[in-house]
Amino acid sequence: MDQGGSRKIFDACVRKEVGMSHQQKTNVWYQSSFELFEKSLNGEATTPLHAIRRGALERFHALGFPTTKNEEWRFTNVAPIAKAAFTPTFGLPGHIPSAKEIERFSFGTPHRLVFVNGHFAKDLSTVGKLSAGVALTNLATAFKQHRDLVDAHFSKYAPFDENPFVALNTAFAQDGAFIYVPEGCQVDDAISLVFVAVGSEPFYIPPRNLIVLEERAQLQIVESFVTTTNASYFTNVVSEISLGRDAVLEHDKLQHESLQAFHIAAIHVRQKERSNFTSNSIALGGSLVRNNVTTVLGAEWCEATLNGLSVGTGTQLIDNHTTIDHAKPNCASHELYKAILDGKSRGVFNGKIFVRTDAQKTDAKQTNMTLLLSDDATIDTKPQLEIFADDVKCTHGATVGQLDENQVFYLRSRGIDEKLAADILTFAFASDVVNRVHVPALREQLEFLVHAKLNEGRKS
Amino acid sequence: MLEIRNLHASVNGNEILSGVDLTVRAGEIHAIMGPNGSGKSTLAQVLAGRDAYEITEGEVLYEGKNLLEMDPEERAREGVFLAFQYPVEIPGVSNSYFLKSALNAIRKHRGLEDLDAIEFLQLVKQRLKLVDMDESFLQRPVNEGFSGGEKKRNEIFHMAVLEPKLAILDETDSGLDIDALRIVADGVNKLHRKDNAIVIVTHYQRLLNYIVPDFVHVLVDGRIMKSGSKELALQLEEKGYDWIKAEAEKSLTPA
Ligand SMILES: Nc1ncnc2c1ncn2[C@@H]1O[C@H](COP(=O)(O)OP(=O)(O)OP(=O)(O)O)[C@@H](O)[C@H]1O
Ligand SMILES: [Mg+2]
Repeated sequence: MDQGGSRKIFDACVRKEVGMSHQQKTNVWYQSSFELFEKSLNGEATTPLHAIRRGALERFHALGFPTTKNEEWRFTNVAPIAKAAFTPTFGLPGHIPSAKEIERFSFGTPHRLVFVNGHFAKDLSTVGKLSAGVALTNLATAFKQHRDLVDAHFSKYAPFDENPFVALNTAFAQDGAFIYVPEGCQVDDAISLVFVAVGSEPFYIPPRNLIVLEERAQLQIVESFVTTTNASYFTNVVSEISLGRDAVLEHDKLQHESLQAFHIAAIHVRQKERSNFTSNSIALGGSLVRNNVTTVLGAEWCEATLNGLSVGTGTQLIDNHTTIDHAKPNCASHELYKAILDGKSRGVFNGKIFVRTDAQKTDAKQTNMTLLLSDDATIDTKPQLEIFADDVKCTHGATVGQLDENQVFYLRSRGIDEKLAADILTFAFASDVVNRVHVPALREQLEFLVHAKLNEGRKS
Repeated sequence: MLEIRNLHASVNGNEILSGVDLTVRAGEIHAIMGPNGSGKSTLAQVLAGRDAYEITEGEVLYEGKNLLEMDPEERAREGVFLAFQYPVEIPGVSNSYFLKSALNAIRKHRGLEDLDAIEFLQLVKQRLKLVDMDESFLQRPVNEGFSGGEKKRNEIFHMAVLEPKLAILDETDSGLDIDALRIVADGVNKLHRKDNAIVIVTHYQRLLNYIVPDFVHVLVDGRIMKSGSKELALQLEEKGYDWIKAEAEKSLTPA
């Protein structure tokens, strides 16, 4: 959509503002944006897929943006998102970054899909040699070329009846990554998905990813959210993942958005027998960040490992909510979430573990550790275990602390200055999460970015 | 090299050091002995720059400069080294990374270039041999999961790499088995030169058979109550500390 068009809608909304509640204003805004979106679809608005979008928009209107009265959003006030009029776009912007600027987010792999403001940038993307049957393309293309797969999986794992952000993402779902790995196929190189935000407008960017691994398929994915702007845009991403029997997926995420941006993300996973899912989620950017990672261990002998690292400075708010649903017996889950908080930043961790009546012999372990580097930084941490089976092993623990004085002194007494000592110890705290990433080039980037971010934070 | 004059230090208003006087010249080895809780580690930590202790009186000169005014890292760069009685575990930081950061900080202070990865590796491998440690200790996190003896040995390994001018070894011998004691002592002897000095805090005369001190001091109740030659250590081994306390009391009691 051209800028003039979006401006007009916004003005229309403002004119109608008199006498409208916030919720109404928001609804009018996204409703009129949606109508523009439908026009951009050129007749595709009659497909079953579009019926899902319409349903999602309706649901969003009914739910509205959550307030802090909603238990799920108690510590995270999204009013700044609700108040702003973020502008959806329906095509690539005029200016896109150069391939050179994107290169470092390839992480040494031949497969890279790039999305600019949520739209597939074919010219920046590269797909190396892949085994027969593997599909790696953008979702808009998959809507046409892989209709059966899309119908079978799209919007099947990320329910939008309770979560307004998933509803809003689904309503505007146009593009994102589509990855399909057939039975028994192991993709050797990692696939890098790069979401880059550009431009100075308050854009609404709703990428939607669909990742399907059939039986015994294996894959590593790196999702990175990066930017060339310091604008206040709004990324609202949903990734749906289906893992067949014995499938193995490592999903790494690097979130390095603008410090003015809003980033709301949901990863929803459905696991079959003996499948193994690992999520490594690294959050560095954003002014308000919410990550939901939800996996349903829907068959026996599944394993899920959820790791997270947040590095907050300034006034950032980084909120991680995880949900592990042990629906069947003999599954294992491990969670390690760490936060390093400096300045006036805030962290939230909420780890939900359901163990259903059926799920005997569940083995679930959850650890949340926070390092507070300043007196003004805060963390709200809450384990939430709901256990309905009796023969299970569930442990959880949370620690909050500062840098250890003895360690700092030990380093200084060997000649290392105070600042470097703090840097080394802080990075050491982060390292066991960083080391769980199995893409070497990403691990190197992370070391660099975490160090750089901490130094920046200390300067300001 | 080091001159401590009437040093008083306290923690939360409790005086632990009550007037320590000690002079150490280049090339010398000094042993400090004394009962548990007499203030030996406190003295060592104060010299290394631990700020938990408040200095209420006295001064410390190191190579003519006011040591107490320097930050811990500055002291280290000027050549002061403390081998901790309880070496600190640093999970997530490899021994080699730690040492490289320390060594390069010290070299920079001395106007030297950073060692590159290969030069550093050559150096540390050579110094590991000095204390008979396996190369696997380089990649392990500093002291994490090390046995008590390995931690002590690692302290001397650090000393061997950093080559301090004034090394203070706080009970480096405790926790070492008989063979390790000899190896570590040999290592320390090899590192001892005419232009550096070593202060050894120990409870056992045994170590002093290997590292022969020029002076032995007895610290009791935060003060050096007696100093002597290496024979004093033999006397202490035989008679304990009571006679020194008695002697001191006698000299303090007004006639
Ligand atoms: N940070 C501190 N806070 C409170 N008390 C302290 C502190 N440091 C030392 N002390 C006290 O000061 C006294 C001297 O302790 P120090 O560790 O110096 O003894 P030491 O001579 O090294 O003993 P040891 O032979 O057992 O190692 C002890 O009573 C100890 O409890
Ligand atoms: Mg001691």
